[in-house]
Amino acid sequence: MSEVRVLVGTSKGAFILRSDEKRKDWTVDGPHFPGWEVYHMTGTPSDPNRLYVSQSGGWFGQVIQRSDDAGKTWEAVSNEFVYDGETGTHQWYDGSQHPWEFTRVWHLEPSPTDPDSIYAGVEDAALFHSADGGKSWQELPGLRKVKGDLWQPGAGGMCLHTIVLSPDNPNRMVVAISAAGAFRTDDGGQTWMPINESLKSDYELPDAEAEVGHCVHSINMHPSNPDILFMQKHWDVMRSDNAGDSWYEVSGNLPSDFGFPIVVHAHEPNTIYVVPIESDSHHFPPEGKLRVYRSRTGGNEWEALTHGLPQSDCYVNVLRNAMCVDSLDSCGIYFGTTGGQVYVSADSGDNWMPIVHDLPRVLSVEVQVVP
Amino acid sequence: MITVTLPTHLRDLAKVTGAVELQVADPVTQESILDALEDAYPMLRGTIRDIVTKQRRPFIRFFANGEDLSHQPPSAAVPKEVAVGGQPFRIIGAMAGG
Repeated sequence: MSEVRVLVGTSKGAFILRSDEKRKDWTVDGPHFPGWEVYHMTGTPSDPNRLYVSQSGGWFGQVIQRSDDAGKTWEAVSNEFVYDGETGTHQWYDGSQHPWEFTRVWHLEPSPTDPDSIYAGVEDAALFHSADGGKSWQELPGLRKVKGDLWQPGAGGMCLHTIVLSPDNPNRMVVAISAAGAFRTDDGGQTWMPINESLKSDYELPDAEAEVGHCVHSINMHPSNPDILFMQKHWDVMRSDNAGDSWYEVSGNLPSDFGFPIVVHAHEPNTIYVVPIESDSHHFPPEGKLRVYRSRTGGNEWEALTHGLPQSDCYVNVLRNAMCVDSLDSCGIYFGTTGGQVYVSADSGDNWMPIVHDLPRVLSVEVQVVP
Repeated sequence: MITVTLPTHLRDLAKVTGAVELQVADPVTQESILDALEDAYPMLRGTIRDIVTKQRRPFIRFFANGEDLSHQPPSAAVPKEVAVGGQPFRIIGAMAGG
């Protein structure tokens, strides 16, 4: 029977939650790196026992940890994230230009085929790559040349938080940055283009349809349809059918189209999930009801999934890297909250149960199914 | 031998349980202590001072022999009591928060 491992990054350490395919009985392993912020912990598809962790904190900065035995032991690898060439400047809160300053790694995205190849999305926004399992990192500087001087930090910092690798084209990847927008490369990261056409940020930008500057919260896709991208923007749930060349809104009947994560069912390319949040000023669910919304039509038509989730007095948030799906036949959906709960549905969202109630603020959730 | 004490998080990171002992050539300075510390425990690179600029991180303090050495130049000699191993060079995570 397969083992299911849920990798949880929190504001005070990392936890590994383990179960079998039934996903009913769980063990909790942790905290690893207690007291540190773990923005992301992820496994490597081509070597499931290889885990990578972004560990950081205001006192001691950034550390990258690697495990080759599924979290039994850890080795700190390189934390040397040095911008390539001239550091350059981006737009600051007061409209002036401000030098790029490395703060932390938000997201780690391993190659699907090579456990030593991994990308890191960082704040201030840039993309780094390691070809040696994290022992060294090199920036892909072409990204910041795409009007980087116009990018500006959002409230959470100017972070590159989403990295989507194309399953059928190793030269194509999509990244998202708050608050700069979405970008795509078709030549392995040498050159990039903004893919923000038809995004509208009426309240956030003076030019609502600017080429860069949009606050994209997350992007996801199904591997069988890599040209179809789903986006949760600051406001608006969006879809692209041409790898980001243009977008159209699919918010439909959602109670709010503000939110952070968006994920795609493992076996149904048109089934997508979001967690509506009331607004950008109220980071909690509408009406105090924690509801996941599912669309089986690739957007526009949404149904609330509530069974097993708190439906009164619930005021948690679900952050952008804190939702994921597993690959089992009955697809599992997982998300973690800022209140420290991690929920699982083992039946595509119909029924939910908490795996844990009382972790620190959950920053990221990933899942592995290990044969 | 120079004795260096680390805050809890850095002891965990370096996988040590107490103070660390370092061989540091004369003249013993903040810089030479930190160089020796990072050579012995490379996982600490970047956690006490910036990897590139070597500037002390904002919420790190250096105490020794009852003095705050944090604002002294990295090349300044540390107190004799530290240089001869009688007193530890203390690396502190500064108070921050409410």
